[in-house]
Amino acid sequence: MDASPEPAVRADRLTKVYKTAVAVDGISFTLPYGSITGLLGGNGAGKTTTIAMLMGLTTPTSGATRVLGVDMPRERYRVLHRMNFESPYVEMPMRLTVRQNLTVFGMLYGVRNLPDRITEIAAELELTDLLDRPTGKLSAGQKTRVSLAKALINTPELLLLDEPTASLDPDTADWVRSRLERYRSERGVTMLIASHNMAEVERLCERVIFMKRGKIEDDDTPARLLQRYGRDTLEEVFLDVARGREREAAQ
Amino acid sequence: MSEAVQMFSPRRVAAMVLRYWYLLRSSFARLAELIYWPTVQMLMWGFLQTYLAGQTDLYARAGGVLIGAVMLWDILFRGQLGFSISFLEEMWSRNLGNLMISPLRPAEFVAALMVMSIIRLAIGMVPVTLLAIWFFGFNLWALGLALVAFFANLMLTGWAVGVFVSGLVLRNGLGAETFAWSIMFLFLPLACVYYPVAVLPAWLQTIAWSLPPTYVFEGMRTLLFDQTFRADLMIQALALNVVWFSLAVAAFLALLASARRNGTLMQTGE
Repeated sequence: MDASPEPAVRADRLTKVYKTAVAVDGISFTLPYGSITGLLGGNGAGKTTTIAMLMGLTTPTSGATRVLGVDMPRERYRVLHRMNFESPYVEMPMRLTVRQNLTVFGMLYGVRNLPDRITEIAAELELTDLLDRPTGKLSAGQKTRVSLAKALINTPELLLLDEPTASLDPDTADWVRSRLERYRSERGVTMLIASHNMAEVERLCERVIFMKRGKIEDDDTPARLLQRYGRDTLEEVFLDVARGREREAAQ
Repeated sequence: MSEAVQMFSPRRVAAMVLRYWYLLRSSFARLAELIYWPTVQMLMWGFLQTYLAGQTDLYARAGGVLIGAVMLWDILFRGQLGFSISFLEEMWSRNLGNLMISPLRPAEFVAALMVMSIIRLAIGMVPVTLLAIWFFGFNLWALGLALVAFFANLMLTGWAVGVFVSGLVLRNGLGAETFAWSIMFLFLPLACVYYPVAVLPAWLQTIAWSLPPTYVFEGMRTLLFDQTFRADLMIQALALNVVWFSLAVAAFLALLASARRNGTLMQTGE
């Protein structure tokens, strides 16, 4: 019997088939509590589907997922208040002000002392001056910060991020990464970050899972991946994996 | 049990109602639209009623039968539309993914949409009923308890249709949006809004009597023509509404489960 403590996330032979297309093909992995992991892969590799299954948003065709100690998606309502998600592809209501959006989501997540929490998170993410402006009138970088504020409003134990800095300028993207690093060091949150940005993954993640055509192609720390593939950057490793040169490069 | 894992949380329902209230409050166009069409409808049918009352004894005897019918029809139609549009707002704003990964439960979502349909209807219909008194001397509120029975049955049908349409949109994306605007018009000829059920051919009467609103419109005509409130019609309508609403909720849950299987909850476009 396995006596090791249960991880924050355990995916066991997770598979998702859409009609005849296999989006995720029997992947297994665990995410220990407090870890920060990058999920890398090209377009259509299965990253977003994997995250959607972890959140209970998509039902797996087969396999099992346990998140924060419960089976997903069957028992999702026992843990949804302890996790959150941010993606530039899911937007916040544009006509509502930042404060109104945070109030609505704070109430949905059952946040206590909500006005205080909104003040706190707004200060952390430098949103204080924007609280009473309509979300739709903000710049792309400001909207990302609002989405991040929504994702952190319930101080989640598990944070799932889908390309959190996509379409941001380098300065804003760097700012977002700094805040994520700080949040992780202060709260010990478990993070899974799907990204195309190799510099981001190299900086934030202590472990990288490479996906290709729905399967896990590699899973290791950035340092060991660079060493094994004989490359200087994760971007080069990414290209090796994406173009099927992993064996050749690894030799 | 902590509030976060409660089966049904009034606070989460209130959060969603607040979300739609903020939206309505911020948009003059949305508010104006709530009043515009019911007013136009009431004026058109009111003037037609005035004209017909001068031509035929039937309409002279039952003043307000057309204007009453159009206002009850608006309760049915706007009740469904109020429910469906609030749901569609989530699709248009691409916010559905955020809601679906939050602790918000389907029953709470549906409850919030019901509350919003009543709020939207009140904003649109209360001024129109007052205008009807001023323009045509027709006082819908004078129906008293009968109006409560009519209103409750029409709203229940509107919600049942709204729940079903929301499920279709959830499963099929905004390509199914057109149902939200058009499906209720199927009721217009079949529920006999402006004429008695007896006008329909026998086989169509069977279909008409399977629709809860038919009982309401028939009941309204009996009240206005004969000054008799048919409680039996309202009880039959309520029983049918319970069946309709249960079927709609079952369909919604099945379509939601199908959307989860098909991965469409993250992709809420066409």
